[in-house]
Amino acid sequence: MHADPIGVLTGAHFIDGDHACSEGAIAAGCRFVAGYPITPSTEVVERIAERFPFVGGVFIQMEDEIASSIAIQGAVWGGKKAMTVTSGPGFSLMMEHIGLAAMTETPCVFVDVQRAGPSTGLPTMPAQGDMMQARWGSHGDYQIIAIVPNSPQECFDLTVHAFNLSERYRVPVMMMMDECVGHMIERVVIPSADKIEVHNRKVYDGPKESYRAFETGRDLIPSMVKAGDGYRIHVTGLTHDEKGYPDMSVSAQGKLVQRLMDKIRIHADDIVMYKEEDVEGADVVVVSFGITSRTAIPAIEQARAKGLKVGHLRLVVVWPFPEKRIRELAGKVKSIVVPELNMGQIVYEVERCAAGKCNVVSVPHAGGTVHQPKDILAAIEKSLRGT
Amino acid sequence: MPEELYDIETTIPSNPIEEFLRMDRMPHIWCPGCGIGTTVNCFVRALQTSGLDLDKVAVVSGIGCTGRVAGYMNLDSFHTTHGRAIPFATGLKLANPGLKVVVYSGDGDLTAIGGNHFIHAARRNMDLTVILINNMIYGMTGGQAAPTTPVGATASTTPHGNFEETFNLPFLAESCGAVYVARWTAHHVRHLTKSIKEALAKKGFSFVEILAPCPTLYSRRNKLGDGLDQMEFYRDNSEIKNGADTKSVTLDFQGKITVGKFVDKERPTYIEAMNQHYQKKFGDRYVPSDEIRKLSHAQE
Ligand code: SF4
Repeated sequence: MHADPIGVLTGAHFIDGDHACSEGAIAAGCRFVAGYPITPSTEVVERIAERFPFVGGVFIQMEDEIASSIAIQGAVWGGKKAMTVTSGPGFSLMMEHIGLAAMTETPCVFVDVQRAGPSTGLPTMPAQGDMMQARWGSHGDYQIIAIVPNSPQECFDLTVHAFNLSERYRVPVMMMMDECVGHMIERVVIPSADKIEVHNRKVYDGPKESYRAFETGRDLIPSMVKAGDGYRIHVTGLTHDEKGYPDMSVSAQGKLVQRLMDKIRIHADDIVMYKEEDVEGADVVVVSFGITSRTAIPAIEQARAKGLKVGHLRLVVVWPFPEKRIRELAGKVKSIVVPELNMGQIVYEVERCAAGKCNVVSVPHAGGTVHQPKDILAAIEKSLRGT
Repeated sequence: MPEELYDIETTIPSNPIEEFLRMDRMPHIWCPGCGIGTTVNCFVRALQTSGLDLDKVAVVSGIGCTGRVAGYMNLDSFHTTHGRAIPFATGLKLANPGLKVVVYSGDGDLTAIGGNHFIHAARRNMDLTVILINNMIYGMTGGQAAPTTPVGATASTTPHGNFEETFNLPFLAESCGAVYVARWTAHHVRHLTKSIKEALAKKGFSFVEILAPCPTLYSRRNKLGDGLDQMEFYRDNSEIKNGADTKSVTLDFQGKITVGKFVDKERPTYIEAMNQHYQKKFGDRYVPSDEIRKLSHAQE
């Protein structure tokens, strides 16, 4: 499927990441957005509010983030593609509904333009402190997909991709932007609608009697219907059977939660996305994501100028984590350096996958601005000491 | 027995409400004497005569004893999170405005944790029918105090008696902009059925509060007898006052209960207001969603 041309502003634009994210959502076919104002994400919904009356969309500013994060799910069961947009404090309020979306397999997109926390923190300044929250923030066991763009262009491209993944796997997808990427103005090229690939959820249109809302084939992804189609579906956040009916048994819980985990795990190779540069033959690999991938570049160049063999792996999809690739690299390199605008989150995943096979060095930062390249350079040099 | 109770035919082979229920989920979880089932019966009877296409009716519940209603209705039904039935229903309605969206939930769910959503949906005149079962207690979690627990009543979290003022829900709903507001008890099955039918037919935010006995947790702890005793209490202490000033309908512990239809007025729904606004502002440039376009054509 290709994008509906009505929503696509084909051409070159000079816009910030927040606005590019709005355009990506529209191109992806998102026609329902619920949001609540919060810096630094508000520009996303402001642009949506501006554009939606002309593309057949409905935007509603809800009374809070809790309401926004479930209004979108009502809209999805009404047949729309939907998203909500927020930043740290609002993201915290949305956690319960990320769990609901995971449990009810409601495809939807949550955009978090990260700012420095905890609590109100530094509302107008960048951080990448919500990375673990995106993965683990709601109670219980479940899987989500999280994507981290590093430029306004990627805010467009990857928002389209976020919708596509969420529709394909019926899972909430997090767009983990940050204040820098959200407010950075760069050239963004929007292709023509026929060049934008758009995926839609699998729809069941078989006989009503035999429809079982959460029955799956080998792909572990159930087909969806919408309210009003006559299937008389039941959707609940309780543990449920294949019909969607509550089932309070240990076996139903085991079966459902296992499938919710497995449906992402078995497709992980298709979902995982990273970009590598000069990784083959490197002694050190810098693993970065989002804005930090850009501050890492001068540090890497300076290290190379000093004769060090440094590669760069940028995580584009952070969750699911590229376990295989990091394991493989850990067996080949001397060290992995992980700069991130938090006090050390993704470094835990890297350490887990490296499993002691190479040095892993964290370059933490509490947020508020970006790293100084010299700090990343120092970490690169330090990581080789004693190897 | 008053004539109004003789509505149910006794000679038919199966219960006529069965087709409205997910019979494969019976028996339900409600206690003997609980009033929720009675209200479901009235809801079904209202649906039966409403002329609505049942494939286009969706029920959304939150969490709690009443929150289980969605799971028993043989309709598109959504059992959401605690307090959030209204915002879910809001999204559902805006995405698919051809649906009649009914929110069916309890007093704690809709007015404590969900209170913010309740007032804003009423303010927006979101096209929802909200049926609120008020048993003056949190049932599912074991009888804790709710915003509706009367002063003087005892709950597990007010073991020495409740001293917090309660919500007067019809007044709250009216002040926030609901276009239809009624209150009945589980005893008033005929009136209640009629009221739900009117609420379903109403465009905009319609609200029906139903007092229903919770014999297991509210009545027992407050030494009010069983479900039947509570129904008798409703019968003997209710006063029908249609059009009553909602300010005057506060509920006291075992005091007089004012029931009736208090508000029935018109104002544009959220979708109507949005459509009119954009049409006026942008003319042909305005592109409503396919569903909203179809609906407004059908209404023209
Ligand atoms: S606890 Fe109370 S409200 Fe809940 S089912 Fe029992 S009687 Fe009804």
